Amino acid sequence: MENLMATLKAQIVEQLNLQEVKPEDIGDDMPLFKDGLGLDSIDALELIVLLQQHYRIRIANPEKGPEIFHSVRTIADFITAHQQQNN
Amino acid sequence: MSGNDVWVLGGGVICGIGNNVPECIASFRQMKPGMTTMQYLASTHRDSFPVVEVKADNATLAAKSGLPTHVSRTALLSAVAAKEAWESAQLGNIREYRVGLVSANTVGGMDKTEDFFAEYLQDNQSGRLRNVVNHECGSITELVADILGIRHHVSTISTACSSSANAIMYGARLLKNNLVDVVIAGGTDALTRFTLNGFNTLMILDPKACRPFDDTRTGLNLGEGAGYIVMVSDAIAQKMDIHPWCKLTGYANANDAYHQTASSPDGIGNYLAMQQAMEMAGIIPEDMSYINLHGTGTLNNDLSEGTAIQRLFGNAVPPVSSTKSFTGHTLGASGGIEAVFAALAVKEGYLYPNAQFSHQMKELTFSPVTTFSEGNVINNVMSNSFGFGGNCSSLVFSKEVNT
Amino acid sequence: MNIYINGTGCVSPLETAVEGRLPLAAPSLNNVRLKAAEPDYKQWIDIKMIRRMSRVIKMGVAAAQLSLQEAGIQKPEGIITGTAYGCLDDTGVFLTKMITQNEEMLTPTAFIQSTHNTVAGQIALLLECHAYNNTFVHKGFSFEHTLIDSIMQLREGKIANILAGAMDELTNHSFNILSRFNLFKHTAAGEGAACFVLSTEKGPNAIARLKGVSVLYKPASVEEVAADIVGFLAAHNCSQEDVDLLITGRNGDPAGDAWYEHVENNVFANLPVARFKHMCGEYPTASAFGTWMASRIIASQEVTPAVLFKGNAPSEIKKVLLYNHHDASHHSMILLSKC
Repeated sequence: MENLMATLKAQIVEQLNLQEVKPEDIGDDMPLFKDGLGLDSIDALELIVLLQQHYRIRIANPEKGPEIFHSVRTIADFITAHQQQNN
Repeated sequence: MSGNDVWVLGGGVICGIGNNVPECIASFRQMKPGMTTMQYLASTHRDSFPVVEVKADNATLAAKSGLPTHVSRTALLSAVAAKEAWESAQLGNIREYRVGLVSANTVGGMDKTEDFFAEYLQDNQSGRLRNVVNHECGSITELVADILGIRHHVSTISTACSSSANAIMYGARLLKNNLVDVVIAGGTDALTRFTLNGFNTLMILDPKACRPFDDTRTGLNLGEGAGYIVMVSDAIAQKMDIHPWCKLTGYANANDAYHQTASSPDGIGNYLAMQQAMEMAGIIPEDMSYINLHGTGTLNNDLSEGTAIQRLFGNAVPPVSSTKSFTGHTLGASGGIEAVFAALAVKEGYLYPNAQFSHQMKELTFSPVTTFSEGNVINNVMSNSFGFGGNCSSLVFSKEVNT
Repeated sequence: MNIYINGTGCVSPLETAVEGRLPLAAPSLNNVRLKAAEPDYKQWIDIKMIRRMSRVIKMGVAAAQLSLQEAGIQKPEGIITGTAYGCLDDTGVFLTKMITQNEEMLTPTAFIQSTHNTVAGQIALLLECHAYNNTFVHKGFSFEHTLIDSIMQLREGKIANILAGAMDELTNHSFNILSRFNLFKHTAAGEGAACFVLSTEKGPNAIARLKGVSVLYKPASVEEVAADIVGFLAAHNCSQEDVDLLITGRNGDPAGDAWYEHVENNVFANLPVARFKHMCGEYPTASAFGTWMASRIIASQEVTPAVLFKGNAPSEIKKVLLYNHHDASHHSMILLSKC
């Protein structure tokens, strides 16, 4: 879980072209949208593709985005749950 | 005629519901929207999304337009509609006037560039140069200007979905400043893989026929086409025996300045554009006979637009509808195509239907019109075009008042 | 009605964004490809927004902010930009991914940034500016049309100032492809952004007056161009003798430079001539750089050796005519005068 979160943080910084933000600067439970990291709806779409590309998880409904992408931990939980489902 | 008026003498349209204006009107009359599976564009997503393509291949369009078959579809569509517009204005020989062509587009020659790029990426010395020589937005306009014989003022505007509405505004200004005698203004866009995939990444495409202003809407359908109006100033109109369709009495552009692609929840840009256009036309909400909505069918746009209309019109919301429920979203061409529909509405008393509508949006107090009718009392029509980059434009067309 | 240039901003292959003025000596830019000298954008753009901006957008925003700063304005009453090529880098990125990934797993950022009005849109977003916002994309006239639109709007009297500018970038792909058309056989390819705050009221740092702009599409001959220039000057109560300095867009290409030769020798014989494309390179909106240079020359009353091409620097510079063409098909004239 820790590894997954660390990997996710690095992927997020790269995918979203976050300037002057190091992966370790992103707290596990830091809100990613609005406050905290200040991501927006376009970033949410980028994250949907990230999940598809790296974790083979398809989110058909962009409205589910805010819930899943609330923090790095909620993303990690979602990925883990999904992978368990497939095993 | 009061001296600074702008007269609409004619218009031309080619889109997924008709290759000319009469065919488009027939489609509205017969309630036949143009959504189908992709037939002309080749894409991996062919079966995923309905689109509203012009029902003609490039060879057919080339024959109609007089341009070679190998040029960009964007230019072919533009030439067909611009020719129809000029002919409908009944002004005779184009070379006898100082004519301006102001044509908007968003894709330029991208349909050809996409093909070029695939080869170019393998080897940067390959790919046919003739496929990229007209890549630029401005090149498309010049292909059409050259074939129509227009040289006096040729311009191209690109502001996403509001492009051709802005082209019409610039055209009107050129007339008022006596820089041209006649202006053909509007826009064109052809469906391309670039656009289709781009919109797909935004997850705003409906996998079925779109439902603008419906509570259950889930997105837009992409379309393609071209639409132009022909305008002259008072000074020219007085010299000629003209038979105008209507006047362009108001126009405004305002910026939402909220987000790169999404509209603000209260639709401030939309509101300001509509309000200022109506102010310029000298009309109040009660004077408005019909609004041709931007109405793409996305959750975001329809809510912002609906909210702004409600705020501006209060209890006096006129009949409204989105013709994109028939034509799809024609992007750079939408302002021009819908301007032709709006101007015709004034001339013929048309009210256009909003297809695929069943549920009023819960946030709104009004619903769109769902049937086609003519012979209505239509004095003032507003056409909205709201694009990416927060670019919001509204045009007001009015009946000529006998002075 | 007078139109003042109250502020300017320029990002170019020279350090114009930092220095704000022209170099004294001719720069040794011997490459076929001139790249813009980019300033530290963080001084004008919040770091959270920078990540969404590609080079051409940053160049445009920086030039815009510089011009607004000089004019002492926070929010202009209109924003009009011109760009022939648009946001090429993002277009290239999206196209490449679309092709190599067979239209799968594409991401939105490059697509939304590729639209031509992104620069104007980002400026509006940054400044929270709800005013008129437009973008011209007409090849070698993209900049001139922003000026024409600005003049028409200011004449209406409802607004007092407009931010008008133009920008174009050169990417690896565009340089490769344009080179295949032999455009850079005799001349350097360039890029840059230049913005101007135009106003009907004279500002505290007013640089020059914009007297007029005219465009000529596909002239049949040098004689037609010459006649058009004379007519343009007359329309602004100006004779050939009234012009103190002619600036031309000569770029080293013999066929293209023949147009300038004719005008220099036949319309303005004996007039000093300056040039600018050896500093910014050739690109469709290079006339924006030329206009920036012309306005700074008027403000400083100096024609440095770096830019003087023919004749002696005039002692007083009241009127400057910029005559430029792109690709011999898009000819333009811009007349500026002292405030």
